[in-house]
Amino acid sequence: MNVELVLFFVFAVATLLSAGLVIFAKNPINSAMSLVASFFFLAGIYVLLWAHTIAALQVLVYAGAIMVLFLFVIMLLNLGETELGAPRLTLSRIAGGLAALGLFAGLALAIAHAPQVAGVMDAGSAASFGTLRALGVDLYTRWLFPFEAVSLLLLVSMVGAVVVSKSRI
Amino acid sequence: MVPTQYYLFLAAALFCMGMFGVLTRRNALVVFMCVELMLNAANLTFLAFARQRGDSIGHISAFFVIAVAAAEAAIGLAIVIAVFRSRGSVNIDDMKTMKH
Repeated sequence: MNVELVLFFVFAVATLLSAGLVIFAKNPINSAMSLVASFFFLAGIYVLLWAHTIAALQVLVYAGAIMVLFLFVIMLLNLGETELGAPRLTLSRIAGGLAALGLFAGLALAIAHAPQVAGVMDAGSAASFGTLRALGVDLYTRWLFPFEAVSLLLLVSMVGAVVVSKSRI
Repeated sequence: MVPTQYYLFLAAALFCMGMFGVLTRRNALVVFMCVELMLNAANLTFLAFARQRGDSIGHISAFFVIAVAAAEAAIGLAIVIAVFRSRGSVNIDDMKTMKH
């Protein structure tokens, strides 16, 4: 068992445990903090996949910016005790659990029965794979128009957030 | 190199946990967080296949998913704030209409 596999299992188990805490935590603040932990462990898995740039973006944008926004909103709303919602075993929860288990069983069967394809690339064969330079060159040449469209999307969402959340304009 | 199947199993488990949360939690904020979990599962799948195939299209897709998730979080949280202001609750069982 090599180091890469050990690291993968450590990060995978930690990711799944903190994702479980997101779902089962009573207080939304605890959910948000476990989600930050889950994003950090996922960033570790992205590094194992040689996606260094995406791992950095995951920590900066997801764990940094988006989760700060979440925490800010949770604390701004100041939810009462009734909002926290005690965990109960209701019919919808049982149905949701069965649906999730069914979907996972289907996906696992499909993945297990998929034909094994050998990896095209060996570790270290492509020195530039996953680096910021490679991603930037690709983004600004082949994917320039989608990149600009995303910037427009972010502008629209900023204006929309102001319009929706402001009571009177 | 860790087999691609392992990453796909992890992504499937993460996606199903996110789906379970979306289906069962009643707090709109926690539902949003579970949607983020599902988006991350999709990202993990993109990156696993990018690593297997050795091209960077998966990385570009993951980049766009992160950008769209940021836009979605901004709009979604603004809607949650607007709903909380008009109803005093973020329980999605109480939300039957978007008008006030």
